[in-house]
Amino acid sequence: MSQSHISGVRLLPGRLVLTVYALILALPLLWMVISSFKPSVEVYGRPWSLPTAWKFENYSQAWEMGVSQYFVNSLVVTSVTTALVLVVAALAAYSLVRMHNWVARLTLMAVMGSLVISPQVSIVPLYDLLGRVGIIDTYEAMVLPYVAYRLPMAILLIRAVFLEVPRELEEASRLDGCGSFRTFVNVYWPVSSGVLATAAILTIYYTWNEFLFALIFVNSDELRTIPAGLMAFRDALATDWGVLLAGLTIAAVPIVVVFLLGQRFLIAGITAGSVKG
Amino acid sequence: MRSKTERVLDHLFLLPALIFLGVFILYPLVANVGFSFSEFTLGSAEKSFVGLANYKQLVTDPIVRIALTNNVLYAVISVVMQVLVSHALAATVLVVLPNRLATAARSFFFVPVLISMTAVAILFTFVFDATDGLLNGLLEAVGLGNLAQPWLGDTTTAIYAVISVSQWQSVGYTMLLFIVSMQNIPTDLYEAAALDGAGLLRQYFSVTLPQTREMIFVVMVLTVSGAFTVFSEPYILTGGGPGNSSQVLATYMYRVGFFQNQMGYASAVATLIFVITLALSLGQARLFRTGRE
Repeated sequence: MSQSHISGVRLLPGRLVLTVYALILALPLLWMVISSFKPSVEVYGRPWSLPTAWKFENYSQAWEMGVSQYFVNSLVVTSVTTALVLVVAALAAYSLVRMHNWVARLTLMAVMGSLVISPQVSIVPLYDLLGRVGIIDTYEAMVLPYVAYRLPMAILLIRAVFLEVPRELEEASRLDGCGSFRTFVNVYWPVSSGVLATAAILTIYYTWNEFLFALIFVNSDELRTIPAGLMAFRDALATDWGVLLAGLTIAAVPIVVVFLLGQRFLIAGITAGSVKG
Repeated sequence: MRSKTERVLDHLFLLPALIFLGVFILYPLVANVGFSFSEFTLGSAEKSFVGLANYKQLVTDPIVRIALTNNVLYAVISVVMQVLVSHALAATVLVVLPNRLATAARSFFFVPVLISMTAVAILFTFVFDATDGLLNGLLEAVGLGNLAQPWLGDTTTAIYAVISVSQWQSVGYTMLLFIVSMQNIPTDLYEAAALDGAGLLRQYFSVTLPQTREMIFVVMVLTVSGAFTVFSEPYILTGGGPGNSSQVLATYMYRVGFFQNQMGYASAVATLIFVITLALSLGQARLFRTGRE
């Protein structure tokens, strides 16, 4: 729809509605950031005014009270998960494009089926399994299931791009004497930087915010990622609201920044796969 | 022809993915059904077969009924907000804002989606706080102080407060999907409609809606299955309370399994969630196909 020949007056109601919606989204976030610089008495006492004195210590205190550890844990878990997803998915997508037998067809069906299975359903058997293997309360207890649940999305996205690679390029590579692995590295890997970035951003977004597995599969505070850690942080702080809000702000900012930088890839990914965390 | 080693390599490349999917997605799905016919506790190897006992308990459990009702409520409100309202808002963005601003708005509306639900939910405990909450403060400021109440602490309002937090976060997500799919509609369709004398509203119903119906279907499926698997929001905001008034199936499953230590019964609840989400997805896919013919 184009708005070029519509008069300004007629656009007013729509703009009003969008402004109200924007305010509903912005006010709590604005309040969170401003209050994170306040002493606790002012958080509720003067909710909509600026701090009388900006209390930057809230941030250092939140950071030292465990948020730094949660942050590191989230970084480790997110980067390892993302790296594994990309490598495993790219190799699988490559095989799926080259193979034309029942193994490939069955795998593709399993991948598509897995896409609609929500992790919530598997909590009990996964806990049981991780317990029997003896990795409850380790990074692996989060990383391995995360990788599995992100793989279907990544494989399908990457496969779609690999399918576009002209057969001739692959033939040429084979005539040059390149084996499977060299063909993968020379022909497929170079065309996939865009889709790999998309898959990476989607994986980062999911892993950074995942709560259920992080809550159940890990018990030690030293291993908690930000989402599960914030719960413990809240309970420990009780009424030290300024510090709690500083912790929330620290948790929210990195992923928003990553999004602003990689927006193009994230939007490409969620519209192609329409996959929600 | 490819050499034999190459064909072996191709299979080998597939292996890691197959192991991940098999061990962490497909096995748990099957095991879950098996577990639901037995009784066992956290960390114990002993599982005793109890037949249909867990399912008999499931159909008579009053809390399951409350949880299921709440999930249905969640689904209905989510569909209204994340499909109907969000679709209309997306169209509004594209009509009333110039292109640059539309792109900026799209990004801004997406920001809540990016923030971890834990942080969002903790933030909203401040919004809904009974005595000093921002919402109650706002109501008092505009002279509606008599509406102020303990939103999360009242059995009638708790589930609605929880659901509203989900909407606050997710509408921007489905809006983005709708905006992107609306931007792909050929402009000459609108020009033709305008020539036929169709106003903005008419254009919305006769061009925008039919042209985005695939995306509407995808968003419907996502929203509905999301509503039946929701966990973080009720868990963090209310823990399913007060009483069990804001319990949903996933929080109840967690409570039964990891607090009351009835892992078999928790598996039965999980199976119920799986069956519901699967049936709803298949049902919607079928509806969508018949609608297209």
